[in-house]
Amino acid sequence: MTTEAPAHIQLGMTDAEYDAVVDILGREPRPAELAMYSVMWSEHCSYKSSRAWLGRFPTEAPWVVVGPGENAGVVDLGDGWLAALRIESHNHPSFVEPFQGAATGVGGILRDIFTMGARPIAVWDPIRFGPLDDAHNRYLLDGVVSGIAHYGNAVGVPTLGGEIEFSERYSANPLVNVMALGILKQEQLVLSAASGEGNVAILLGASTGRDGIGGASILASASFDESSGAKRPSVQIGDPFEEKKLIEACLELYERGLVVGIQDLGAAGISCATSECAANGGVGMVVDLDDVPLREDDMNAGEILMSESQERMLAIVEPDDVDEVLELAEKWEINGAVIGTVTAGGTLEVRQHGEVVAEVPAASLSEDAPLYRRPAERPEALDRLWADPVDLPAGLDVGETLLRMLDDPAVGDRSWIYQQYDHQLFLNTVIEPGHDGSLLRIKGTTKGLAVSTDGNGRLCFMDPRRGGARIVYESALNVAVTGARPFAVVDNLNFGNPEKPEIMWQFIETIEGMSAACEALGVPVIGGNVSFYNETDGVDIFPTPVVGMLGFADPMPGHVPRLDQAEPGMEVWLIGPEDPTDFAGTTYSRVVLDHVGGRPSDVDHTIGPKVVDEAVRLAHAGVPVLHDISVGGAAVAVAEICFRSGCGARVDSDDWRTLLSAGPHRFLAVVPPGFDLEVTDVPARRIGTMGGNHIDFGRHGRVPLSLAADVWRNAIPRRMG
Amino acid sequence: MTIGRRVAVIVFPGSNCERDVAYAMQLLGADPELVWHRETDLSEFDGVILPGGFAHGDYLRTGAIARFSPVMTEVERLADAGTPVLGICNGFQILCEAGLLPGALVANRDLKFICRPVHLRVESTDSVLTRAATVGDVLRIPLNSFEGNYVAPAPVLDDLENGGVVLRYSDADGSVSDAANPNGSLNNIAGIANGGGNVAGLMPHPERAIETVLGSTDGRILLESFVASLDRVTA
Repeated sequence: MTTEAPAHIQLGMTDAEYDAVVDILGREPRPAELAMYSVMWSEHCSYKSSRAWLGRFPTEAPWVVVGPGENAGVVDLGDGWLAALRIESHNHPSFVEPFQGAATGVGGILRDIFTMGARPIAVWDPIRFGPLDDAHNRYLLDGVVSGIAHYGNAVGVPTLGGEIEFSERYSANPLVNVMALGILKQEQLVLSAASGEGNVAILLGASTGRDGIGGASILASASFDESSGAKRPSVQIGDPFEEKKLIEACLELYERGLVVGIQDLGAAGISCATSECAANGGVGMVVDLDDVPLREDDMNAGEILMSESQERMLAIVEPDDVDEVLELAEKWEINGAVIGTVTAGGTLEVRQHGEVVAEVPAASLSEDAPLYRRPAERPEALDRLWADPVDLPAGLDVGETLLRMLDDPAVGDRSWIYQQYDHQLFLNTVIEPGHDGSLLRIKGTTKGLAVSTDGNGRLCFMDPRRGGARIVYESALNVAVTGARPFAVVDNLNFGNPEKPEIMWQFIETIEGMSAACEALGVPVIGGNVSFYNETDGVDIFPTPVVGMLGFADPMPGHVPRLDQAEPGMEVWLIGPEDPTDFAGTTYSRVVLDHVGGRPSDVDHTIGPKVVDEAVRLAHAGVPVLHDISVGGAAVAVAEICFRSGCGARVDSDDWRTLLSAGPHRFLAVVPPGFDLEVTDVPARRIGTMGGNHIDFGRHGRVPLSLAADVWRNAIPRRMG
Repeated sequence: MTIGRRVAVIVFPGSNCERDVAYAMQLLGADPELVWHRETDLSEFDGVILPGGFAHGDYLRTGAIARFSPVMTEVERLADAGTPVLGICNGFQILCEAGLLPGALVANRDLKFICRPVHLRVESTDSVLTRAATVGDVLRIPLNSFEGNYVAPAPVLDDLENGGVVLRYSDADGSVSDAANPNGSLNNIAGIANGGGNVAGLMPHPERAIETVLGSTDGRILLESFVASLDRVTA
């Protein structure tokens, strides 16, 4: 005979955590209280395994207005303009139900942005899957892209890019991260603090249903196995139409000065929103669940408190303004319901059917959450990995090799994905998806915001510290080539099971590498997200930090460099130090040799920032094409310029390795003949000339441009059908 | 000059291009105003634009609910009176659903959302959308839709081909072919107008191609046509 596990175990809590709740309350928790603690103390909401390490990130700069901890980070762009940036993950929901998982990820991140008073103006989606020769992975990719398109396009926020990576390590645990950017004027900034005894809590937006119950604790904070399909009811369902109305209603509320504080309802729903608002304001709140608009009449208190139904916001308003707020909700055709009152003291009291169902210190749900310093240990396997570098041939047909690399879906043309996303709405898009970084203008100003998202799980697996630093530098170069200087970072740290010491070691090493690079570049980290337990059947994903880099230019370059502006006769220059030995984690090693081994080259914190500065300077000097060199090497970078410009190129190199090696601090510049680059601080070398009908590597082989372009364009479509 | 002519840009719940259209109208010298879909009196306006987006979430069918929004009775009255009325993307779908333009727009041939620039050939200048253009002009303008595939019964199509088709999908040199058809539209139709030429609709977004910094200014000629059409009509 099997006995059912205790309630707290079923909710994902440990015995020790349960005992801590009993200590706080001085009694056994009621069912609704236990439900609240279980979600608020989940890994997803409390960061209990990561908090101790996140303090390493540099978070300060004179332009930081709101740092980590709020719904979004906010930076000052001058002249009264602010930008808000936030990144999140929706990994497990997207595996269980790719379309809705990805769609609600977009919805959630947008609420984080307009909670701050900002209008969301763009979204990016870094996504990772298993190889596309597997039908299930194709289903996941198609579902995720369709879900992002469905929600983003309909809610009316353009999707300006993202990135994609494929590996077996993501087959059973795809990664779906989402980042959003908003802009606002200084006076519109709102924070999520309730204050003022007697003020009123109004729930705005969708009604509350049984969807998404336990999403934070059951889906996002536990590993997966073959029974994970049964977790599908924990995935929320998104309604972009409801969200669109909610965005407009909230922005009008701010404009009219009707809110004291506001909080979106995301993970842990009403539990989280009410307790955070109260705790942030140092007050309490009385909430009556009978006033919450429900989709189903018979929901119990725990279900209502934990529901992650989408498209809901909790606004704190003064009593005199309640009627005006409800009228405004009526105009925008959304629900508006008074569900609570701000009280003195710090108690969150929840009632249902005339009875008290929960009575807890509001701050205890967040501030008293457990904090774990889990053991960390360097995996011994790393020594064997480093001792096994790529075995390079003496000579190589780079043309033929390039063709094989271009057919890889992580290298090939991504337009199959981004042409499904509206990427032009709001008339801000200066550089659209398909370049290094996207660039948006702020209308009526000379300001530009460049954004790039970058990760490389394979590189971080091979050396988390170096990998973490390299993705920061890559992201910095990606915005720099549009003329924007790196300005702020958000990060999404996707890792395996933190209860394994080697995963914790990867995590800590990654943070160290990223932090050092951010410090060298002078870029503050203004927010982030941690996603642990990306493990299925005991197999962990690659450690996959994803950097979201915001670049800022004022003014924007008069002529912004683009990949499609190369012309026959122009010179191709390689700027930055060459590193012909850096083959660990390159596209060549992965696609052609199917090899994971060796150790990626380290970054150089002296020259790295100088290379970034040179890219910014050249973008403003009228250089028509600037292009970051990534793990595909110079060969892939040149080919991408060729495809976008419809023009061949001839590139010469004594050593074939310099065409395919990685090396962290390099970019290409394509300039008219005789153009003086005036690069003095870092190495610069002319490597070739645009023109002809081939991508021609001289004695290292060549490939017809039309053939190469065809292979590149079809890499994803031919697999997706 | 027609500076200051007032244009009502209708905002349905779920519209999302209204601000872009208003920005474009302002840039081209008109005086736009965002008008909520519950408004029933547009007599102060010289023209009406139904912008893109997902009116009422596009639930049931694109435009199917929007055509019953209170403002649409007034839009129909103005359209009948000869006032310039333009529908862009979702606005075009609504005009078709409301019967102000013939035919309908269904899901793209490949069942994928399409966001990319397309080439359009001007087929007729007898409309508020094309009067300033020249037949045969080729324009490069972004398309952004899932239901952009124009369909109509054969007799309606035959009738429409007598000057009602104002824009067709083409390639860069103006040749109209299947290869240049992004979404499966019958006869490569991208934009049409009514018999009077005062009501026009198109799937691509001319307001997204009005400034060099955004990659194309080819949309200007279409929106300038509309602005130039805003002579006061007694309605």
